[in-house]
Amino acid sequence: MDKNMKILVVDDFSTMRRIIKNLLRDLGFTNTQEADDGVTALPMLQNGDFDFLVTDWNMPGMTGIELLKHVREDERLKTLPVLMVTAEAKRDQIVAAAQAGVNGYVIKPFTAAVLKEKIEKIFERVDG
Amino acid sequence: MASQEVETATEDSFEKIFGDKAKELVSRLENNDVAGAVGLIEDLQKVRDQNLYQEIGRLTRALHESIKNFKLDSNIQGAGSEIDEAHEGLNYVVNMTAKAANKTMDMVDAALPVSKSISIEAADIKQDWNRFLNKELGAADFRDLTKRISVFLDHTEVNTNKLNSNLNEILLAQDFQDLTGQVIQRITTMVTDVESRLVNLVAMAGHVDQMTGIKHKQADAEIIDDNPLKGVGPQINAEDKEDVASDQVDVDDLLSSLGF
Repeated sequence: MDKNMKILVVDDFSTMRRIIKNLLRDLGFTNTQEADDGVTALPMLQNGDFDFLVTDWNMPGMTGIELLKHVREDERLKTLPVLMVTAEAKRDQIVAAAQAGVNGYVIKPFTAAVLKEKIEKIFERVDG
Repeated sequence: MASQEVETATEDSFEKIFGDKAKELVSRLENNDVAGAVGLIEDLQKVRDQNLYQEIGRLTRALHESIKNFKLDSNIQGAGSEIDEAHEGLNYVVNMTAKAANKTMDMVDAALPVSKSISIEAADIKQDWNRFLNKELGAADFRDLTKRISVFLDHTEVNTNKLNSNLNEILLAQDFQDLTGQVIQRITTMVTDVESRLVNLVAMAGHVDQMTGIKHKQADAEIIDDNPLKGVGPQINAEDKEDVASDQVDVDDLLSSLGF
């Protein structure tokens, strides 16, 4: 796993973005950028050669699931690994995210260990 | 509530009058007193109308009272209504929790390099200290080590003081729980209050419906937006809900059942 990979963290709450960024930094990932919803995130992804997307679900403007769908429809972004970190916990939603092509799903509140495990699992699969 | 008791009383008497008159109507018809029966039907109509007017009057008054209590009156809208107060209160909660979270993270961010530097310096000194214990350290190196230990002790004193002060600040930042808790409790009381007033209004409107025979379409009340693609935020009492994953283990189980 490349520790210098470029990561976009999307969440409408700045505190949650900060927590995720700090946890990523602890795991050795320092090349992170932030966006506060799908509308801001999508053009950043389209223009910014990101290697990994961490997104919340429930956001104003464009939600995380919509962002995920846009990513999967985009020829250049469709293989981008996406981790959903969200409070949305309905079974229907988790199934919908899986169908939309999410690579990992972490429900809030979460621990540093869970985040680490899911990221490692995603890149094991991507790299392997 | 006093008005509730009055209501029940009139409702009883309304139904009693209705029943009595109906019995009388039957007995008059049995005795072939058609004129008397027609008169009774008119009486029944009057009783119903009178009661209906009374109920509508009561409903109107209650609505007026409620609007006054909600302080939704157009004259003071935007300033001090209960809804505005709840809105402001919840904004305060969002701001306070964000402030506390940021404060805590600031303190942690500032503390991490300090504790890291203590750990690095200690590890460094420990190496030479072990050499000294193993009698591997020369006199010049030993003098150097004592100087470094002395510097380390100074650093440690300063650094741990810094850490103490950061930890105290983190502790103090938790005061949001008390302050936001109070605001939320006030809003909870308000919502319960508003709900009970609305239930009263619905009960009164129910009497009017009963007397006029109006039936409402049930479906109207049950339009719920359950599009799962729209986020709904955290689940409260997730353990009690069947359609909700209560923790990460549940999520992982569900995903692995889907072939993840």
